[in-house]
Amino acid sequence: MAKHILSPLPGTFYRKPAPDTPNYKEVGDSVVVGDVLGLIEVMKSFNEVKADQAGKIVEFFADNEEPVMAGQPLVELA
Amino acid sequence: MTVKKLLIANRGEIAVRVIRAAQELGIKTVQVHSIADTDSLAVRMADEAVNIGPPHAAKSYLNIGAILDAAKQSGADAVHPGYGFLAENANFADAVEAAGLIFVGPKGDAIRTMGDKVAARVAALKAGVPCVPGSDGRVANHDEAKKIATAIGFPVMIKAAAGGGGRGIRIAQNVVELETMMPQASAEAQAAFGDGGLYLEKVIERARHIEVQILGDGKRAIHCFERECSLQRRRQKVWEEAPSPVLPQLIREKLCASAVALAEAVNYRGAGTLEYLYDDQTQAFYFIEMNTRIQVEHPVTEMITGIDLVREMILVTSGAPLSVAQKDVRMRGHAIEVRINAEDPAKNFMPAPGTVTALTVPGGPGTRFDTMLYQGYQVPPFYDSLLGKLVVWDTSREAAMNRMIRALNELHVVGLPTTKSLHLALAADPEVRAGAFHTRWLEPWLEQNLHKLNS
Repeated sequence: MAKHILSPLPGTFYRKPAPDTPNYKEVGDSVVVGDVLGLIEVMKSFNEVKADQAGKIVEFFADNEEPVMAGQPLVELA
Repeated sequence: MTVKKLLIANRGEIAVRVIRAAQELGIKTVQVHSIADTDSLAVRMADEAVNIGPPHAAKSYLNIGAILDAAKQSGADAVHPGYGFLAENANFADAVEAAGLIFVGPKGDAIRTMGDKVAARVAALKAGVPCVPGSDGRVANHDEAKKIATAIGFPVMIKAAAGGGGRGIRIAQNVVELETMMPQASAEAQAAFGDGGLYLEKVIERARHIEVQILGDGKRAIHCFERECSLQRRRQKVWEEAPSPVLPQLIREKLCASAVALAEAVNYRGAGTLEYLYDDQTQAFYFIEMNTRIQVEHPVTEMITGIDLVREMILVTSGAPLSVAQKDVRMRGHAIEVRINAEDPAKNFMPAPGTVTALTVPGGPGTRFDTMLYQGYQVPPFYDSLLGKLVVWDTSREAAMNRMIRALNELHVVGLPTTKSLHLALAADPEVRAGAFHTRWLEPWLEQNLHKLNS
């Protein structure tokens, strides 16, 4: 079964720490538990999305700056 | 030229506030909104609503093209920018006027001058307004910096000329630190803002934040006295009042006169606020910056003066002279505003959007609650956490505090945490009741009083 990393909060998803920096992770990268995969901005406060499972990134379900709901899958790991 | 149809380029409680002012003037309203705000109170109250894009503000509330298209499509003849978003964007003000519409705010050039920290300081000094002692503009080199810092006295703040929001600020306690920090600060400013220019300011310790409300019609300006906003968390105001509990009358007159002088020097039009640091030990005040917009805390000024600031903004920007003369602006009693935010005080003020399942709004004498909430409203996560502003007026500060406690106890927002418990604790605190605070007072207080706060 595919492993999904879910959004912990509702808000705006960002794949990078600042507009002029590279993405935290790309498809194909390996992640360990605790790695930062992106940020969720909720009411102007930024919260890190951390991997709660290890694996290799297969897909991002949300684009940079996309609105997301709490519990929505953000990343698929294999 | 009178306004017939006003477009509100904002959201939340301030959009509701502007719609109310327009309705009382017989002006039709157009509310622009992102898709996340389709069910907002402002959209429900306005005569027309236009969807201008996705939730992300950069794609909707900051999208100048989409807002101007909405104005054209709806036949609006004026645009009110509210606060935040495009309110202090000089290019937006220019674009609105270039489209043949009234911008309910100052001319783009006044916004531009006041938005540049060094230019604002130069304009203030020229108008005879005291500024925080420091360099007159950018410092050219180390020797000049050393000379200025020694003359004004340590500690000094090293600030980026192109900076803002607290970034690029360093505090040097002595010449050695100054010499180490200058190259770091310059490099950081260069990287962050593309401009390594620095200026110096003396550190004013234990300062109070006092600001003066002004109104201008492009020729003449008046003040509507001051507000004190020293209770801040992370540089965000949480509690504002008018008048200041500590300002002596003679200083008040000088402070307010200095604000009028600067507003007239830039031919200011609309509502604006000049922010100062005030040292109550020495009774000295120092201009720090001007906000060229209506502010969140404007209702406390309305409560003590009886002047409707938003109405006045609409009238003066459509060409009318100020409706009041300075001698007719009087203050009466005391007003306090607290910000009710969707944040959990028990969880380090973590923002928490959600659905309002039940709502009881305070009422009764001297009580005003400016909000965009209604029962069933889903507070979106994409914008700031301000849900409403509870404002009370009474004949004295002591009575206003008691009224604030009474009104807070009447307020019930069910479905999401709010900052109500913070304000109840503050209103009961002996130092707050004595007005004995400064801008760095609240954060240590929060560390000690966290147990009094709940969701």
